[in-house]
Amino acid sequence: MARISLSRLGKTFASRHGSVTALAGINLDIADQQFIAIVGASGCGKSTLLNLLAGFDTATSGEIIVDGAPVCGPGPDRGVVFQQTALFPWLSVEENIAFGLRLRANRHKGSPETVVERMLQRTGLAAFRSRRPAELSGGMRQRAAIASVLAINPSTLLMDEPFAALDALTRSIMQDFLLEVWEEERKTALLVTHDIDEAIYLADRTVVMTAHPGQVREVIEVDLPRPRRYEMRSEKPFIALRDRVTGIVREEAIKGAMEIAA
Amino acid sequence: MVARVRGGTSPAPDQSPPPPLQAGEGKSIVPPPPAGEGGEGAGRAITGGWLALVAQYVAFPAAVLAFWQVCAQIGFIRRSVLPAPTDVALVWYDLVTGATGAAARYSGTWFDHAAASVWRVFAGFTWGGALGILAGLIIGLSRLMERVLDPTIQVLRNIPVTAWVPLSLVFFGIGNAPAVFLIGLGAFFPAAVNTTHGVRQISVTLTKAARMMGANQRELLIRVILPGALPSIMTGVRLSMGIAWVLVVVAEILAVRSGLGYLLNDAYLFYRNDVVIAAMLSIGILGFISDRIVVAVRDRLLEWNRLETFSGQN
Repeated sequence: MARISLSRLGKTFASRHGSVTALAGINLDIADQQFIAIVGASGCGKSTLLNLLAGFDTATSGEIIVDGAPVCGPGPDRGVVFQQTALFPWLSVEENIAFGLRLRANRHKGSPETVVERMLQRTGLAAFRSRRPAELSGGMRQRAAIASVLAINPSTLLMDEPFAALDALTRSIMQDFLLEVWEEERKTALLVTHDIDEAIYLADRTVVMTAHPGQVREVIEVDLPRPRRYEMRSEKPFIALRDRVTGIVREEAIKGAMEIAA
Repeated sequence: MVARVRGGTSPAPDQSPPPPLQAGEGKSIVPPPPAGEGGEGAGRAITGGWLALVAQYVAFPAAVLAFWQVCAQIGFIRRSVLPAPTDVALVWYDLVTGATGAAARYSGTWFDHAAASVWRVFAGFTWGGALGILAGLIIGLSRLMERVLDPTIQVLRNIPVTAWVPLSLVFFGIGNAPAVFLIGLGAFFPAAVNTTHGVRQISVTLTKAARMMGANQRELLIRVILPGALPSIMTGVRLSMGIAWVLVVVAEILAVRSGLGYLLNDAYLFYRNDVVIAAMLSIGILGFISDRIVVAVRDRLLEWNRLETFSGQN
């Protein structure tokens, strides 16, 4: 049974030049512990979709059901990793990881200290626990942000281009880090990305979206075995999937560009 | 024309831009603090040890005083019009101690006047600054309250506080009340405006993250909005303190018979320019000390902010 279910989801923004339909008629079911990636050309509404799921914004039509209840506002059951690292610059790494735990200390088994300690160990940030975010590299910052989200133990992990601001090498290391964490914790995950390799490498299913308005064009099953290994990225099944997804995304992007030109 | 479907592969700098959390425009109002101890790499690179350090601080004021002394000494300007620094020092000594009688009727009165001024500055700064921060938070947090309150505040802000003198004298009479009212009024606006600005420039990613983690409105205010707005709030508080010292002099000239502003004005009427200058310098030094206190509190609270902002080159 689906843990998360989007039905006929639509979102229209009112703007100075009339209304813009960002999403229209999105239907998507996500099973428990499944990893979904959403790809599409920029402007296809994939971030809007994630914002709706997180509860930061409300849909204009349709509904989102998570664990049997409609989404109404953000909550710690749906942890969000943002593109711009959401770390409080006045708190140390350790305090940032403890932030959500301090707010809702009673939700957790075990003391906040134990959880923070485990997160510091897992993310390799133990030596940097008392550093401020400004003293960390981009990759370390995003790792600390992921740790602070995992610390509140959300059942769903929503990620909005979490590695887009990182350099290629750091990004690939972070993808492996995320894989490792996810394969251990098995949370339901939804990753918004414009990086097709990243989508296929991490996800069980890749959703390709069309633009203007944002709709689901195709859902592609990524039937690569787990645990995934870095070498798979240069093997035939991976390349075949990547070419297929790239083909669809390009087709949509070109279509979108022509529409704008017309 | 093809969209960059693999756009992610182009190398981006490892350092994502720091979140726009610092005081922003607030920084342009007040120059960054001098590169003191604590900042990364600061303090270390000053060459030549403590003697050179002292020289760097002393050289310029010493040159100004020397120039002034020479001007007074050669009789270029009459001594009674522009007393020499040494004359001012002697009269100042008597103002403070009452030992020589050089300050005549003002002899030994310095502490009373200084205490009166400090008290008024403190009282006005406290109510005006606190109310300003409160108003700034309310306006910053609520678009509704912005529409209700902000236009009024912006209009009132553009009335020079000195224009309030006649009305405040009519309402409060002669005494401390109009002085503390005027100082507080002056302290209110910088605190309010900078606090609003501070709240409004907090990154939306941070407020989203806090809500996602389950923060309620109160927790959002205390754990995100207040610390996030603090750099800007402290800029406002610092400006408020500066204005408070301006207005204490205005108020004491017009509304009360004590304080350094009163001393300055009274000595002027008796043609004692040496006392006038001693009073001016006293105000300058007390104002400087109160500013240092605000800066010290700020640096203590905002150690994190120094990591993210430019603190000058050595």
